[in-house]
Amino acid sequence: MAEHTSSYAPSNALEKWVDDRLPIIRFSKEHLMDYPTPKNLNYWWTFGGILATMLVIQIVTGVVLAMHYTPEASLAFDSVELIKRDVSGGRILQAVHSTGASMFFLAVYIHIFRGLFFGSYKAPREILWMLGVLIMLLMMAAAFFGYVLPWGQMSFWAATVITNIFAAIPVIGDPLLSLLRGGFAVGNPTLNRFFSLHYLTPFIIAAVVVLHIWALHVPGNNNPVGVDVKSSRDTVPFHPYYTMKDLFGIVVFLIPFAWVVFFAPDILGHSSNYVMANPLVTPPEIVPEWYFLPFYAILRSIDFPILFIDSKLLGVIFFAGSILILFFVPWLDRSKVRSGTFRPLFKPFYWLFVLNFLMLMYLGSQSTTIWWVPVLGKVGVVYYFAYFLIILPLLPRFEVTRPLPASISESVLRPART
Amino acid sequence: MPGTKAQMNYTKTLAAVVLSGLLLAAAPVLADDAKPAAAAAPAATTTATPAATGDSSPAALPAGSVLVTEEPDIPLQSWSFSGPFGKYDQNQLRRGFQVFKEVCSNCHSAHLFAFRNLDEDGGPEYSAAQVKALAATYQVSDPTAKGGKRAALPSDYWPSPFATEQDARDANGGALPPDFSVLAKARGAERPLLSWMRDIIFAYQEGGPDYIHALLNGFHDQVPANIVNADGTPFKLPAGKYYNDIFPGHAIGMPPPLSDGLVKYAKGEDGSTVPETVEQYSHDVAAFMMWLSEPSLNQRKESGFRVIMFLILFAVIMWLVKRRIWSNVEGH
Amino acid sequence: MATDINLDPTPHATRRDFLYVAAGAVGVVGVGAAVWPLINQLNPDASVLALAAVDFDLTPLTEGQSVTVKWRGQPVFVSYRTQKQIDEAKAVPLSELRDPETDAQRTKAGHEKYLIQIGICTHLGCIPNGPDQGDFDGWLCPCHGSQYDSAGRIRKGPAPKNLVIPPYKFTSDTKITIG
Repeated sequence: MAEHTSSYAPSNALEKWVDDRLPIIRFSKEHLMDYPTPKNLNYWWTFGGILATMLVIQIVTGVVLAMHYTPEASLAFDSVELIKRDVSGGRILQAVHSTGASMFFLAVYIHIFRGLFFGSYKAPREILWMLGVLIMLLMMAAAFFGYVLPWGQMSFWAATVITNIFAAIPVIGDPLLSLLRGGFAVGNPTLNRFFSLHYLTPFIIAAVVVLHIWALHVPGNNNPVGVDVKSSRDTVPFHPYYTMKDLFGIVVFLIPFAWVVFFAPDILGHSSNYVMANPLVTPPEIVPEWYFLPFYAILRSIDFPILFIDSKLLGVIFFAGSILILFFVPWLDRSKVRSGTFRPLFKPFYWLFVLNFLMLMYLGSQSTTIWWVPVLGKVGVVYYFAYFLIILPLLPRFEVTRPLPASISESVLRPART
Repeated sequence: MPGTKAQMNYTKTLAAVVLSGLLLAAAPVLADDAKPAAAAAPAATTTATPAATGDSSPAALPAGSVLVTEEPDIPLQSWSFSGPFGKYDQNQLRRGFQVFKEVCSNCHSAHLFAFRNLDEDGGPEYSAAQVKALAATYQVSDPTAKGGKRAALPSDYWPSPFATEQDARDANGGALPPDFSVLAKARGAERPLLSWMRDIIFAYQEGGPDYIHALLNGFHDQVPANIVNADGTPFKLPAGKYYNDIFPGHAIGMPPPLSDGLVKYAKGEDGSTVPETVEQYSHDVAAFMMWLSEPSLNQRKESGFRVIMFLILFAVIMWLVKRRIWSNVEGH
Repeated sequence: MATDINLDPTPHATRRDFLYVAAGAVGVVGVGAAVWPLINQLNPDASVLALAAVDFDLTPLTEGQSVTVKWRGQPVFVSYRTQKQIDEAKAVPLSELRDPETDAQRTKAGHEKYLIQIGICTHLGCIPNGPDQGDFDGWLCPCHGSQYDSAGRIRKGPAPKNLVIPPYKFTSDTKITIG
């Protein structure tokens, strides 16, 4: 696996017996305790641990909720309500799960934006990055399936709109649509299979997370200055330095999480989802959850055809492209300098990208009848793709990077006190 | 030391970017707030989103007229159960239940409301004996009972006033009176983006009761003269509908259900009385409907306080632990 | 003060240890508080607990009639016994019983004409047929042939115990609450 040899020696006979048969204690010590980690990681690096915690929270609360939930169209809505009313602690368990999805995405966006700034996707971490994008895609699928389960108006119509996306594919679109739905419209068959897939997907995510951490441990962590580890002076063992720092980060992250769960559990949702699904009535507005809004805005902004591709299909292509393009970032960014810290020309474009992402998020929540929504949406789409396809590849040609520190430990040393 | 300074810069810049993004987004909202509100409302209001007003008014509307599709202002009320320290007022819930029982339940069902909820903690908290006696005055269908019906038990759910959905529609001019079980959470006022952030901090969850209260007070005998259609013609109420300020589109299928003196309130447990007005009834029934939708609110907020206190304590301890552990690493 | 000679070799270690112990303790409390609701949600929920007690009005019962009432998901036999059945039950000597219980122990004082028992055979859980079935004018289980008498006591067959008497009380002369 990694280049470092293990220094683990079993401390008693029982440990040696286990180690000879399954080196799980050795493995844990090597990868979770002694693992050399750059000593200059800032708090943006705690989000990996936060994400692992969120995955565990979602799986545990999800399994528990599944003990009481009924995935049948006429019973699902009431079964969720009865969990909140009759099951001991049910209101909190349900709120943790629904709020947890939002907190999971908040953490994953911060984690990804950290990677984009500090060049964590660059060689030799390309596979690590691509596994991460895959995890985000799987998270989006899990969140989509899960949102349908309460079978409210928004659940139903989100399922209708998103499955309709597949109808845009030429030739196979319509048969594919009824295959996915299990019927001519979203209905009970759709709900049942979404329940099964919602239960399955987090375990696929967990497996990819294992690969993600494995792929991380081969080259080791990136760090804020983007300079490789040169010696053990640059690192500290993961335990207790980063186990305790990550734990601190997790506890702090739990505070706004708990605030929403206990004091405003419905604030991130839509009141329409408290109306039972009705195939004959569309709610006044169909809006996805906040974490899908930027991509929803991209989809809606493409309201014109190009040549033989109609606007619906074109929108779908841009929508899919906006996520798939992330896979190629390690090859689109040609800069030899890893961290944005030392790239003065890169920085304003990056921050504009962040602002643009937030703008797209806002636009996704607004009605397209307001004139500046589609206009700004198109601006947002242009910048989004230009950042990856034009700016990142061309930047190295023009930018003058700042000199890098010789090593991590040098970058961390303070001036001597007089 | 290029490294450490740059790390702080990322954090500071991120904060600055996100804040400026939010302020930019708030600009259209702040600009709209500067305009006079369409409906006079002395208390803080949730404004109609700039979207609705900005786009839909054609140039030729007479001054002072209000488009029938414009979203109305919903005045925020103060509720005993709002905010992190809020809880239900037991007397208010009992009064609200009385309004529901005597007025609303003639047309509206509440299929997730069980009689036994009435003696549970955090609600009207009647005694078990009172609940049993009340339940026995209602009939519920039971295929194993003689005649298919029997007296209700506390474990039964509130019986629907109509046998089927079609019966309910037939009795109400084709409109289905919505079930009350989660209605207070199925309604809310449109809130502009920046107030979403403020709403999380102040834990605003009372959009439903605010809407219900406004709706119940929003009936008028005549359609106000300044309500116009998109082409400038005066808005005419369709047959069988009633005018309401708040209901989207202003034509509601429900006749004004409340009037002053309609429900005779008993004195509260402490001997207090409240006025028997539509204003009071609408507050009380909206609070009751919120309880129907969110019966565990009292306990949830109480637990929440303890959890947040614990997490803050834990965070402080972990901060000290982290600092102690890192104290021997050069550069920290 | 005299020079600060460090006589105690580990004052810093003690302070450090206290912080770590405190952190560990707070962490354990947190984990416990988080895990408990996950286990407690397995307990019967409020709608099930609402049916933990069932009221039954005995007035419609005629002498010799037995009805089955559902209580906590199980059948409960409520029988208005005839005098003949009561006398037969009282006459049985305890030495003949596999699970000795007097008739009085299986009924409430002053209400011995009512026999209330869980209708589940104590052998392997089938529902016996009765009353007035089998050799003892009581209940007969069709699965493996256990026979109970008119007080519901096991007399013949593989069942080890008498039919179980559930907790119940008379709230009036004609009404009972089971559970």
